[in-house]
This record gives sequence, structure tokens and C-alpha cells, in this order.
Amino acid sequence: MSPLELLHDYTIRNVAIGAALLGLISGVLGSFAVLRKQSLLGDTMSHAALPGVCIGFIIAGAREMGIILLGALTTGALAALVMLLLTRNSRLKTDAGLGITLSTSFALGVVLLTHIQNMNNAAQGGLDAFLFGQAAATLRSDLWIMGGITLVALVLVSALWKEFKLVSFDPEFAASLGMPVMWLEVILTVMIALAVVVGLQMVGVVLMAAMIIAPAVAARQWSRRLEGMVMLAAVIGVSGGVFGAVLSALSRGLATGPLIILSVSSVVMVSLLLAPGRGFVWEGVRLWRGRRRLRYQQVLTTLYRLAMHHADPVFRSEQGMLDTYHGHRTRTALRQLQKRGLVEWRSAPPDEPGGAKHWVLTTTGHEEAKRILDSLGREEF
Amino acid sequence: MTTPLHEPDLALHVEDLTVSYHSKPVLWDIDFDVPPGVMAAIVGPNGAGKSTLIKSVLGLVPSVAGHVTLFGRPYRSRRRRVGYVPQRSSVDWDFPTTALDVVTMGLYGRLGWLKRPGRGERREAMQALEMVGMQDFADRQISQLSGGQQQRVFLARALVQQADVYFLDEPMAGVDATTERAIVDILRRLRDDGKTVIVVHHDLQTVRSYFDWLLILNIRVIAQGHVEDVYTAENLRRAYGGQIALLDEAAFMPADKTAET
Repeated sequence: MSPLELLHDYTIRNVAIGAALLGLISGVLGSFAVLRKQSLLGDTMSHAALPGVCIGFIIAGAREMGIILLGALTTGALAALVMLLLTRNSRLKTDAGLGITLSTSFALGVVLLTHIQNMNNAAQGGLDAFLFGQAAATLRSDLWIMGGITLVALVLVSALWKEFKLVSFDPEFAASLGMPVMWLEVILTVMIALAVVVGLQMVGVVLMAAMIIAPAVAARQWSRRLEGMVMLAAVIGVSGGVFGAVLSALSRGLATGPLIILSVSSVVMVSLLLAPGRGFVWEGVRLWRGRRRLRYQQVLTTLYRLAMHHADPVFRSEQGMLDTYHGHRTRTALRQLQKRGLVEWRSAPPDEPGGAKHWVLTTTGHEEAKRILDSLGREEF
Repeated sequence: MTTPLHEPDLALHVEDLTVSYHSKPVLWDIDFDVPPGVMAAIVGPNGAGKSTLIKSVLGLVPSVAGHVTLFGRPYRSRRRRVGYVPQRSSVDWDFPTTALDVVTMGLYGRLGWLKRPGRGERREAMQALEMVGMQDFADRQISQLSGGQQQRVFLARALVQQADVYFLDEPMAGVDATTERAIVDILRRLRDDGKTVIVVHHDLQTVRSYFDWLLILNIRVIAQGHVEDVYTAENLRRAYGGQIALLDEAAFMPADKTAET
């Protein structure tokens, strides 16, 4: 099947649109979740959505998507609320609260799931797809629901942009300005629950957390402002989603949800490694450069001190002497200095015995060494 | 119909304020008054409730008893006249934003719902950055600023609020000497313009040279009033207990005999 034919395939088109919507909403809302250090809240809520899915199914008696998602939203948000109450009113720490809420509600969900499977209801087929997602089952009507939820979330985020920004950065200051911080936090949390609901069918409750966290983490590496981060997270989410969907369509039989997560996660890997200013590689290069600079500065100041000690500005230092002083080979550092015109490689005057070549500071070398030593003195002060 | 003002001549009036955490008192029966136009310090040992006092005045921490008024009205109706500088460590400085953007946040309260900060707001924020000497760092990522620079940005965010009463929580903690002097200069200028400045302060040595009003706190009020009346060895000993031995005896000599900065 060629890529063009892919786009005309009804199922694949549905899956791709669904994945794009999921990437959009989870990228935007995930940014706020990650910045508010609530990445795991998404995980808790997605696991807590499972009992809601089952209860929704039991009430509807069939695979009625609207009711199932409503159930998922209710229990997901309820779990977040329980978590909030637990940590506010008891001495439980947030991580423990998240852990307890997550596992309890997921256990409840699995129990309900097996209960439904034992009811021998023919309509229950595929309910366990909510565990790991079953993108191929996405219907056009599901897309309308997902699109509607995404639209609501985007409108809210753009309307309350500055409030959400301030609450994420400095909630105390926001409260001192009179912003209803608690309500804004509740809205943000409920919207993350909405994103979870959107993703349930695509990637399932187990992997949904990655969809919330990954695009935001990747985008954070490349962006300097919240605006840029949110937009980039949306782009990464959408393209990762579509890429995963297309990949699974091309490879026939590989699960869509996990492929979406994997493609988004690979963006995270690349970003953690390469992002300018924040990536590992960049960090490593900076460290290496700093070390090299330190080394040649040390050699330069040694030459300067030797010259001062001998009261001879053109004092000639032998290579062996410098190596011994520093305890390692200084030739590379000296070559660096030579390239910058700070030292010269001069041969001994003909009347001197030995006659080996020596290193001598140039005038600029003198000035540079003085500057380095002066700035060192200032820092110590 | 307007309700009569309660203690309208005081910039800040705190009466019978009690705050508790897990049924343990953090602040007990605080009566605290600050007249307008002074620079007041709140000092006390660790855990004395200094930050909590500021936060409960601003309604950030619920109180179990007591009331607070600013120029005769409760805080709710006086928000626009109050500027606040939280502790620098209370936020994540790795947040993706610029110095100018943080200062602009000081105007969000005035802007109201749905409105975005525009060119006018950015100009005001820029002016505040100039006041703290940070105009060259306006577009800098806040994560790349030094501690002292971050503190100046926070101060600029409060300046842009154009308030009458400023609350600052440990603005001199962990900043270099230059920044400390710059901050003190700005606060003095505010006071000279008739504003009231209330600062949680941790350095007893500088209390007398920086401030003219003082509250010594240790869960209860130990003493309050003009610095020269309140800053006594006896009061400090009552607040700090044994820790007072760490203090230099010279610190209690009359102000004119010690070198002033």
C-alpha cells in the first residue's frame, strides 16, 4: 500500500485523525502538568479511568462510547480529587498519595473488567482494549467526541492563558493578586482528565501517562517561553501521533497505541541528548571546553609566574620543566596558546649551551595572564 | 452605604491573629500595627512564624482567629494597594519564561480576566526592570539569572504593582552584597515616597541600619515599635533565647557609635 492510498483508507484516516487530536490535547495540557510537577497525576487519572469505563459499560449495557467516556472522566477526576484531599488533610506526601490512588483504582477497574467478562454479555467484546488501546476500533462518531473535547480544552487554555501561566509559575503570588487559584487548578486538573479520556481508546489507560508527559518534556528542551513550549509540545504530540498511526498501518498488526508512544518517546530521547543549552551533548561539550580552557589558562599563568620569578619578561621555559610542574603533558595546551599568539616557540641564543627550543610569553600573553590572575583575585574577594 | 473604616490611619493593622497548623499554633494572638511611611522589619528565630504572618495577612494561609485591615479595610478590598515579593525559593526558576515576562505578571491582577498584556504593560515592566538595574537582562531566561538577579526580578514584579504597602519575604536571603545594597536603596526610595515597606528579615546585624520600625516575633509578639526602642538585648534574648550568645556585644551599642553603611 502506498502512502497516498493509506490516507484514503477509512480506518487509517480515522486512526490518524484521532491520534492527531490526542497529540494536540495532551501536548498542550501536558505542558502545564509537567511544569506544575504533576506528571504523575495524569498517570493516576488514566488508571482511575478504568473503573469508570466499566461502570459506564454496565450502565449502558453496551459499548456506548459517550457513556463510557463520561464514566472514565468521572472516576478519573474523582481520583484526582481524592488525591488532593488525601495530601491536603493528612500527612501523606504527594507521591504516596498518587501511588495509593493509582493502584487502588486500577485494581478496582480490573476487578470490574473481569466481572463484566464473566457476565457473558456478547457486547462486552473488546472492552479490555481500553487497557492498551485499540486504535483501529475508532469510529467517526468517536472522532467527533474527541474533537469536541479538544476544542473545549484549547478554548479554555487560550482564554485563561495568563492565569494558567501564573498559577503554574507562582501560585502564591497569583493568590495574592486575588486569582481563584484553587479553581484554576481544578480546571487544569479536570482538563488533564479530559485529555486522558480522549486517549483511552487510542493508547489505553496504561500508556496514557506517557502521552501527557513526553511531548511536554521534549518541547521544554527546545523552548525559552511557555508559548513556544506549549505550541511545540502540540506539534510533537500531533506528529508523533500521526507517525505512530501510519507506522502501524504500514506494518500490519503492530499495535497503534504503543507505536505512538514510541515515536513520541524517541523525540524525547533526541531532545534530551541534543537540545541546545539543555541537552546532554551540549552539556558535555561545555564541560570539555571549560576544562580545556582551564588547562591552558593554568599553563599560561605558570609561564607568567616563572617570568615574574626570574624578573625576566622574556624568560624562556623549557617544555620538560612545564610538564614536570603540571604533572601532565602541556604540549597541547601550549600549541593552543601559540595559535592565539600568547606564547612563542623560540630557539635558544647560539651562545647558550644545550640549545633546545623554549617557550616564551608574548606581550599579549603577558596581558592575558595578568587579566586572568586579576579576575581570580576579584572572585576570591 | 459604606461601612466605617477600622483603624484607617494604620497602613497595616493586625488584631488577635492566630494561625494553627495541625492544631499546633504557628502564630498566637498577634497584635501588630504599622504606621504608613515606615520601613518595618519582622525578625525572629526559625519557626517563629515570620513568613506565616505575611502570608496570613495576604490571605494565603487561613487564620483561625483575628482580623487584618490595611488603611481601614480588609485585604480583599485593598489588593490593588499591596505589592508582594514571595521567597525566591518558593518558585521553580527553571520555568520557561523571561525576566520581562515575570515582571509583567505583576500587572495581571490589574488587567483582569481575558485581557492580555500589551505594549503598555511591557513598557511598564521594562521601567520596573530599569529601576532594579536589570534592563539588560529583560529577554534572559530566568534560569540563567544569578540568585541576586532573580531576587531583583521579583522586586521589579512588585514595583510594577504600584502599591502603597509592600510585603517582602526574606528579600536579602542568599544575595550578594551589591544586590543587598541595591535592594535596600530601592526600598528606602519607596519609603521616602510615602510607601510602607514590611520586610521579613533574617540578619539582626543590619536591622538598625536598614529599618526604622521593628517587630520581634516568636509565635507571639515579643516587642514592636521604633527600632531604637525595640532593638534591645533584653527583647532579642526573649525572642531568641540561648542563640543570642552568638551575637556580637557591639551590636547593642547606640547607633551613632557603630559604623553605619
